[in-house]
Amino acid sequence: MDQQNSTSAELPKAEPSIFKGFKQFFIDVYDVFRFIFRFFKEVFAPPYEFRELIKQCWEVGVRSLLLITVTGFIVGLIFTKQSRPSLLQFGATSWIPSLVSIAIMRALAPLVTALISAGRVGSSIGAELGSMRVTEQIDAMEVSGTHPFKYLVCMRTLATTIAIPLLSVYNGLIAMLGGYLNVYVNEGTSFTTYVQQFFQPLGYIDFFSSLAKATIFGFTIGIVGSYKGWNSSSGTAGVGKAANSAVVTAMFLVFIEEVIIVQITGWFR
Amino acid sequence: MGKQHHAINYNEKVISIKGLTKSFGSYHVLRGIDLDLFKNENLVVLGRSGTGKSVLIKIISGLLRADAGQVNVLGNEVVGISTRDLQELRRRIGFSFQNSALYDSMTVRKNLEFPLVRNQKNLKRKEIDSMVERVLEAVGLKQTINQMPAELSGGQRKRIGIARTLILRPEIMLYDEPTAGLDPITSMEINNLINSVQERFNTSSIIITHDLTCAKAVGDRVAMLLDGQFQRQGAFEEVFDTDDVRVKQFYDYNFTD
Ligand SMILES: Nc1ncnc2c1ncn2[C@@H]1O[C@H](COP(=O)(O)OP(=O)(O)OP(=O)(O)O)[C@@H](O)[C@H]1O
Ligand SMILES: [Mg+2]
Repeated sequence: MDQQNSTSAELPKAEPSIFKGFKQFFIDVYDVFRFIFRFFKEVFAPPYEFRELIKQCWEVGVRSLLLITVTGFIVGLIFTKQSRPSLLQFGATSWIPSLVSIAIMRALAPLVTALISAGRVGSSIGAELGSMRVTEQIDAMEVSGTHPFKYLVCMRTLATTIAIPLLSVYNGLIAMLGGYLNVYVNEGTSFTTYVQQFFQPLGYIDFFSSLAKATIFGFTIGIVGSYKGWNSSSGTAGVGKAANSAVVTAMFLVFIEEVIIVQITGWFR
Repeated sequence: MGKQHHAINYNEKVISIKGLTKSFGSYHVLRGIDLDLFKNENLVVLGRSGTGKSVLIKIISGLLRADAGQVNVLGNEVVGISTRDLQELRRRIGFSFQNSALYDSMTVRKNLEFPLVRNQKNLKRKEIDSMVERVLEAVGLKQTINQMPAELSGGQRKRIGIARTLILRPEIMLYDEPTAGLDPITSMEINNLINSVQERFNTSSIIITHDLTCAKAVGDRVAMLLDGQFQRQGAFEEVFDTDDVRVKQFYDYNFTD
């Protein structure tokens, strides 16, 4: 039955009331949860679509790889450069690698990766599914019994959930190189020493929470993009709106999740 | 000139609709639809823009949900059908969309394969290829197999859309405005295609249109949707043999513009 409900979006009933906004909000929330529930229900059920999954992971990775590389390097470089003066005051420039590593691995890499992916990947998922919705391609899949939800939504969301943590690790490593450039120019530290100093302060919990965070960000970006596209309203304006609000909503949620996860991992430290 | 009648089986209803209603908000689109489609019949549904023709066939294929009434398709009650049964049923219905709805990120070949490989696992490459070729040949567009939908003309897209639904060998075909926006000659080709599909694949069809030439060429029977109901049904000449201004208008505008 949910299939029938969630296909062509029907106009909400006209209801002139001050509670309308409130009611709509709860309907939206309910809708989102049903969408997420449906994802978990269908993603684990056969058939497993490895080819499509790999294709989507590839798309996610390739789409943002260049940006992730450039921003990773710049973030590492700038962050190191900017923290140098304060540490210099205390004559503690030898702490720079560990400071940078903590900042990058715990916070910056997942966050930067998520924000860039929200912009690159989230918007393109929103636009892609949105245009498939308004041109009735999703309906066409639906009527030929081809499980479009699984094929389109589950595979894309799974792909972002897998690929974005990997991108985040990659982003962190590139940022490490960016930091090294600054350290090398100033202290002439050898690369191996730098790498040792970089990884020294990091514990398992840092890696684990960083990965978990990026995984949650990845899921958020995929599911939000898919939700917005899947429920896109008709017309080309609907597609634009879907893409746009996929980005805005995903970025907003990423920050909220960041705050919550930082709190939670704080308890484990 | 109506078309030639073939072996319609008036004892077997493939679709039977009773008292179907559907509203969007306060707008009552369908207000008590009664309609039967017989085995091997081509039924033409006429009606002005916005009368709910597309809504009707979307309800038949389970894309939209009826508010009330019975919709029986190939022995299944569509209102309240389980997801799994609906899935099964949909494979037996071909739906040709008003705007073709080709998957624009896939080539023609992939478009045609898509319903096939996703419904029947374990098909061999050879079988898939031969089925694709068969439907492409049926719509006369073998040469387009490696093209993208964006490179096709409107008429070609329509035909590929029809081919894509044929690949699952449906028992019922639903055509949503198959000739809309096409020139008269291409329209005629589509009409011929609809007739040849019926003969070749033994389908029963509902054809939605406001093109009376098309209605005449393919329809065994015509039903006219007015104010949310089928007010007139019958052979083409019967339906238009009336004093009802709305029906007359429909006829006059079609042949005098
Ligand atoms: N998903 C929907 N949500 C809200 N209203 C809808 C929806 N689908 C259709 N409608 C409304 O129902 C009415 C009938 O639409 P439908 O698409 O069936 O018209 P039609 O007879 O096919 O017209 P046309 O010949 O222009 O295709 C229209 O007024 C439309 O606004
Ligand atoms: Mg229509």
